[in-house]
Amino acid sequence: MADAFEFNVTIPSDTSQGHEVQERILSELEKVGFPDQDLFGVKLALEEGIVNAIKHGNGMDPSKNVLVECEYDGVRVRVVIEDEGPGFDPSEVPDPTEDDNIEKPSGRGLMLMRAFMSRVEYNDKGNRVILEKARTIDKD
Amino acid sequence: MSAGQRRLDIEQIGDVTIAKFVDKKILDENNIQMIGNQLFGLVEEDGRKKVVLDFTAVEYLSSAALGKLITMDKKVKAAGGKLRLCSIRPDIYEVFAITRLNKLFDIVDDQDAALAGF
Repeated sequence: MADAFEFNVTIPSDTSQGHEVQERILSELEKVGFPDQDLFGVKLALEEGIVNAIKHGNGMDPSKNVLVECEYDGVRVRVVIEDEGPGFDPSEVPDPTEDDNIEKPSGRGLMLMRAFMSRVEYNDKGNRVILEKARTIDKD
Repeated sequence: MSAGQRRLDIEQIGDVTIAKFVDKKILDENNIQMIGNQLFGLVEEDGRKKVVLDFTAVEYLSSAALGKLITMDKKVKAAGGKLRLCSIRPDIYEVFAITRLNKLFDIVDDQDAALAGF
């Protein structure tokens, strides 16, 4: 498939470098005509996933890295984000939409990733997340 | 950053202050912290009580930004002010809806609706 691409990149725990990776993935997807309505969700999920890895995973430790693997097969984009932190249990993240949590300023990143992507899956350790989004098929 | 510390364009209409976001993307906490500082200044230093946050320019927003907006809403209320959000594009509104924050914030369609009965 001519539209397919893939690359891996390792970055230090630096959010500005995280944004550069995001921009690279999005510009590659734009080049292959990934629909605008899908790009919004991919961008949001990448922002949340990469910031989580840098801040919560690696604790902003400059000696720790984040690995980002990106693969697009013409239909589906798959991004794997892995940090060097201790991991976490996603099932223990409180539901931010519960009345008791609604005014808490954190805990919404995971929920947004799940809402906007086709698949969000953590490894057992909880330091590696797979984000997948299948492109919307044009109706015309 | 080219616009320095100023992240909001301020306009006064009657007793209502319209604060328009300058940034297209409200992602990281530093950025939203600056927005917060400017907004709190409106209420705490300038004594403005009715503030409308206009999202016309905003194309992206992260969960970190949502968190700061929640803190901001609480602070504005604590200072005796009221916050209303307007002109949020549909995909951004979806972010508020998914997280149920459309119930927490006073969100209206546009500036006219924000000024009405505020």
